[in-house]
Amino acid sequence: MKVAICAYGAGNVRSVELALARLGAESVRAERPETVRDADLAVLPGVGSAGSAMAGLRERGLDAALLERAAAGRPTLGICLGLQLALEESEEDGGVAGLGLVPGRAVRLQGGRVPRIGWATVEPGSEAYWFAHSYAAETPAATATSEGFAAIVEHEAFVGVQFHPEKSGAAGARFLERCLSRV
Amino acid sequence: MPLPRLIPCLDVARGRVVKGVRFRGLRDVGDPVELGAAYSDAGADELVFLDVEATVESRAAAVDVAGRVAEQVSIPFTFGGGIRSVEEAAAVLEAGADKVSVNSAALARPQLIEELAVTLGTQAVVVAIDTEGGRVRSHSATRDAARNTLVWARECEARGAGELLVTSIDRDGTREGYDLELLAELRDAVSLPVIASGGAGNARHVADALGISQAALLASILHERPSRLVTLRGELRDLGVRLRDAA
Repeated sequence: MKVAICAYGAGNVRSVELALARLGAESVRAERPETVRDADLAVLPGVGSAGSAMAGLRERGLDAALLERAAAGRPTLGICLGLQLALEESEEDGGVAGLGLVPGRAVRLQGGRVPRIGWATVEPGSEAYWFAHSYAAETPAATATSEGFAAIVEHEAFVGVQFHPEKSGAAGARFLERCLSRV
Repeated sequence: MPLPRLIPCLDVARGRVVKGVRFRGLRDVGDPVELGAAYSDAGADELVFLDVEATVESRAAAVDVAGRVAEQVSIPFTFGGGIRSVEEAAAVLEAGADKVSVNSAALARPQLIEELAVTLGTQAVVVAIDTEGGRVRSHSATRDAARNTLVWARECEARGAGELLVTSIDRDGTREGYDLELLAELRDAVSLPVIASGGAGNARHVADALGISQAALLASILHERPSRLVTLRGELRDLGVRLRDAA
């Protein structure tokens, strides 16, 4: 299986790489559109802010490659900001147009401590995963939540998670293993 | 709110875990990767590595340590000590750390917090504040930074800090308990998560801090013994603290 991790200057690529390697999955750092387009699974990691991350995707032509994958029904896993970039838009940085792979928008968290950092349970289910975010997806495609926020989003061949499975210990490894087994 | 976090703190220098009376007379007590992995297995929610030497050589070693920790540990970790620029912070994050912690460099040039937040994201920026008698101390708490702690905490938040790691110098090493009054003032002063540090002597102290702050830094209470974290977690559960099921 070929796994391509989008390397666009806004992701914790190495952490994702290492987490996949622990599961025996080989991955490549993909900076070229064709690598992203043709992989069996593309991972769109993301930390930082939506504006500069989106610009990083565009500069490398990875935005178009991700859209081509989606049109061809090939699976993509978006992590944290990677999930938010897949939406139609984000409120962050004064408003940023997203990839539009998934209906909905990323909105600023209201109430509680922001950024929302730490381990929280994802429902349905009882596993806790590690979150670090100031925005969350508002989308009809949410299939799991954490304290009311979208935690897992599934739309056609795209799966997005607001938490960081690559940093969520044994629970995160189990989640990634399930993603890999579905490809 | 996410679950309260227990965060073991490992002091490192030149790639080794060290122990000493706050930066004086450092003694080698082990390998940061081994100890970090053992704490992770024992149920740590995150780890903090603080480079207490913070020289150029020691920081180069710190990037190497971050890279090796990331290979062995699958929970989030923060690296701090001597980081003065976005480039230095980015190197640590690229190696696999999730957050950087800045202290004296942010006091000397508060704009650094904004630069880090814009480039790395606010969630990756921890500002460490050493405080004594309501005032901020810098340079490993050896100097008065001429700032009121709560005013500085608010400024950090306004500039884009993602978390505050607040050490009460009055309590540090005393094992008399965290400075709960300070933690309550901070809770009201900022809406960021606060990591409480300094003074933990027993489970009750940690439980009290976690009733106010979002996380507790654990240093001398653990004595570099991961098994102590296992028993502490049990004691905290008995005190009614909701902790993550780390299995």
